[in-house]
Amino acid sequence: MEHKMRTVNTPVIKKDAKALVTGKPVYTDDLAPKDSLIVKILRSPHAHALIKNIDTTRAEAAEGIVCVLTYKDVPNKRFTMAGQTYPEPSPYDRLILDQRLRFVGDAVAIIAGESERAVEHAMRFIKVEYEVLEPVLDFHKAKDGDILVHPEDNWKSLCPVGADNKRNLCASGIDEDGDVDEIISGCDYVVEEVYHTKANQQAMMETFQAFTYLDSYGRLNVVASTQIPFHTRRILAHALDIPKSQVRVIKPRIGGGFGAKQTVVAEVYAAIVTMKTGKPAKMIYTRYESQIASSPRHEMEIKVRIGADKNGLIQAIDVYTLSNTGAFGEHGPTTVGLSGHKSIPLYGRAKAFRFAYDVVYTNHMSAGAYRGYGATQGLFAVESAVNELAAKLHMDPVVLREKNMVQEGDVMPAYYGETLNSCALDRCMARAKEMIDWDKKFPYVDMGNGKVRSVGVAMAMQGSAISNVDVASVEIRLNDDGFYTLLIGASDMGTGCDTTLSQVAADCLECDLDEIVVHGTDTDVSPYDSGSYASSTMYLTGMAVVKACEEIRGKIVKKASEYLNCDKETLEFDGKRVFQPEGDLEISLKDIGNQIMCCNDDTISAGATHTSNVSPPPFMVGMAEIELDKETGTVEMVDYVAVVDCGTTVNPNLARVQTEGGIAQGIGMALYEEISYTEKGQLRENSFMQYKLPTRMDVGDIRVEFESSYEPTGPFGAKSIGEIVINTPSPAIANAVANASGVYVRTLPITAEKIYQGMKNK
Amino acid sequence: MEIGFILNGKRIKSDIADDATLFSVLRDKGCYSVKCGCETENCGLCTVLVNGKSRLSCSFLAARVDNCEVVTLEGVQKEAEEFGMYLAGEGAEQCGFCSPGLIMNVLAMEQELESPDEESIKEYLSGNLCRCSGYVSQLRAINKYLNRGGV
Repeated sequence: MEHKMRTVNTPVIKKDAKALVTGKPVYTDDLAPKDSLIVKILRSPHAHALIKNIDTTRAEAAEGIVCVLTYKDVPNKRFTMAGQTYPEPSPYDRLILDQRLRFVGDAVAIIAGESERAVEHAMRFIKVEYEVLEPVLDFHKAKDGDILVHPEDNWKSLCPVGADNKRNLCASGIDEDGDVDEIISGCDYVVEEVYHTKANQQAMMETFQAFTYLDSYGRLNVVASTQIPFHTRRILAHALDIPKSQVRVIKPRIGGGFGAKQTVVAEVYAAIVTMKTGKPAKMIYTRYESQIASSPRHEMEIKVRIGADKNGLIQAIDVYTLSNTGAFGEHGPTTVGLSGHKSIPLYGRAKAFRFAYDVVYTNHMSAGAYRGYGATQGLFAVESAVNELAAKLHMDPVVLREKNMVQEGDVMPAYYGETLNSCALDRCMARAKEMIDWDKKFPYVDMGNGKVRSVGVAMAMQGSAISNVDVASVEIRLNDDGFYTLLIGASDMGTGCDTTLSQVAADCLECDLDEIVVHGTDTDVSPYDSGSYASSTMYLTGMAVVKACEEIRGKIVKKASEYLNCDKETLEFDGKRVFQPEGDLEISLKDIGNQIMCCNDDTISAGATHTSNVSPPPFMVGMAEIELDKETGTVEMVDYVAVVDCGTTVNPNLARVQTEGGIAQGIGMALYEEISYTEKGQLRENSFMQYKLPTRMDVGDIRVEFESSYEPTGPFGAKSIGEIVINTPSPAIANAVANASGVYVRTLPITAEKIYQGMKNK
Repeated sequence: MEIGFILNGKRIKSDIADDATLFSVLRDKGCYSVKCGCETENCGLCTVLVNGKSRLSCSFLAARVDNCEVVTLEGVQKEAEEFGMYLAGEGAEQCGFCSPGLIMNVLAMEQELESPDEESIKEYLSGNLCRCSGYVSQLRAINKYLNRGGV
């Protein structure tokens, strides 16, 4: 079917915009029943300990307290909180409450009562005797160390990811093509460096929140701020050891996710309270809890070796990633893969690559999924190494990339052997260079006042959905007067997919956007979708919409042929009416919609499911312009230019804001957002006072343009946009800093202290 | 203790705990637009107007609003929608969770600053964090809003 784009590729306003900007009560905590029990967690003060004794009698007797739960009250069946398709690659290493505590902040007891005041007051009456154990805090020493984070016998890994709890390994593996060592030993120029990224917090403005209640059928209903309603249903059933049929998950509006809510962080605590008491319960994480006991980015240390010939042609890339999954393995085995598989393939001319990794358990808070999902870490390392290679070659890093970048039609050995169907990376580079006036500004301009302005560059890729895994389904129904209901299982978390998927439907059905009513996820109602993660929503769910719309068009025409008493082959549908181009018969969609509500035995609805055996990468070039104070090492963002190839932009405004927002998060990661632990394993940056998100004073100007390619396997040629956008700032800013100061900062964040020390030590 | 104040144009009385924050009292009164993002005065989500000045309700004792006038987004729906649609026109509202606090502060800024330039706008709103947008779309919306009517 030929699709004309009428709504697609236009900047329509989000369907929920008015409710959001007028502050309507549409988020989890706004909707919770007023008599919900308040659920809170008593958290471990130790990084590694065993509970020797726990006495809850005084707390239980306190006024307003309804229940106190300890490890003795929960099912002894391990599960993972990672929102992934079953069987999850993340090991089954958790209990709702465990006798062994594995990080400062780990859950010791659950306490629920009638008010926040009562619960907070009673919490101090829970008496715990700990056997304090030595923790594993240095992730270099975790693998095969003496102290085990998960010595338990019922730890389980469902997939062959190289996990071994007796070695503190959550995953381990190697992927290679060609003889890297031999090729690198023959290279004229070799860069070998180690790069270190931190366990950054997604810091979405709405913390982790959920409320639960039993419905009229006695089933557990869960309203949660989640990206993964269907996985949450399964995970809660596993955790609580109840049938999946007994759980329903509803997703209201979400105050941001960025991957944080691809892990079931808060839901399980409210759920078990409701199961034990029969009462509605709500769990609203404080920001403090969201900082110390959540699902941040995996800290990674990445060793990169890149070899090039004297002309700057990259011959081989060797990457070894050590990833810190913390106390539990959520998303550990999968994030690490992207650190190599979504960085190495950018350089399509290399003859060999090797990518090896270990993911280790430590007594830090568990990591999880954060926008970019390992690619961000890998790209900081590989793109920084390429910039260092350019410096060694005395070559402009843009020129070096132009010589080596992957191109449309290339087969990518380091990207599962996929062939690149769509790629405008070369155009992105050319346009970005023009926008920032690279040739004039590279490497730096001395401002004459002790400050220099410099520029830096990086490229990035990501995927679009997880190939051969993710599943997206939608259903569409025709209603009276001819409007449609679109049921989706993908989760709009502010990204606007309720609207953008409706745009796709409106174009396929040749109707106005207002004729599409969209329904967000309710696992009792919506068709199955793996969830909104892995940059999958537009690419995968969008394609399911295209398929469902084609099917319903056929059904509309067939029904019309019955009403018109003619052969359906003679009919066409133009979105408003079904008619005979060669004859006089016609019937409006409105009349069809109304007539099917009387004496009709056909449902005019269609459901479609889509999966993909490829994951087409979007591409991007980011260029940073900074001002660096040579006396203090202070960096200020001046300008950030980004040119993105996400295939067709379904909604240019929303795609642009995704990009601008991702860049701002990336600037935070690059310059401000530190994560550090005390020697006892306590996280220092436990509030927004210490964990500094960039404000509007810190990001400088951000300018975004698109260079579209056309992805044949995506809806209307679209690929993904949500994740790739966070990947360029760290390496591009590090490059700009090096161009200004000669100092390559290889451990994030790039602070004035590090730059100053670097300049001093030169 | 009992306090009396004007909430969104209506005089009300409220029996509050001595240490209750204005944030918790407002949520109890059904002003669900008021959000909490940090508890430490860093994010600006809980911004409301007390006697016409923007205040962070999460760390403002409710006892202090006795005999004051408090305005939340519920009390300025028309203005919120007018500016809000400029935000939406840029796709800048995104998840929307920080929108009420931002909008309250933009309305306060409009009262307080006369034809502010971009630097003063950024400075005035620097306490309003947003994790989705990267801020530049918000600035585009604010500029268009302040220049509405083609001035």
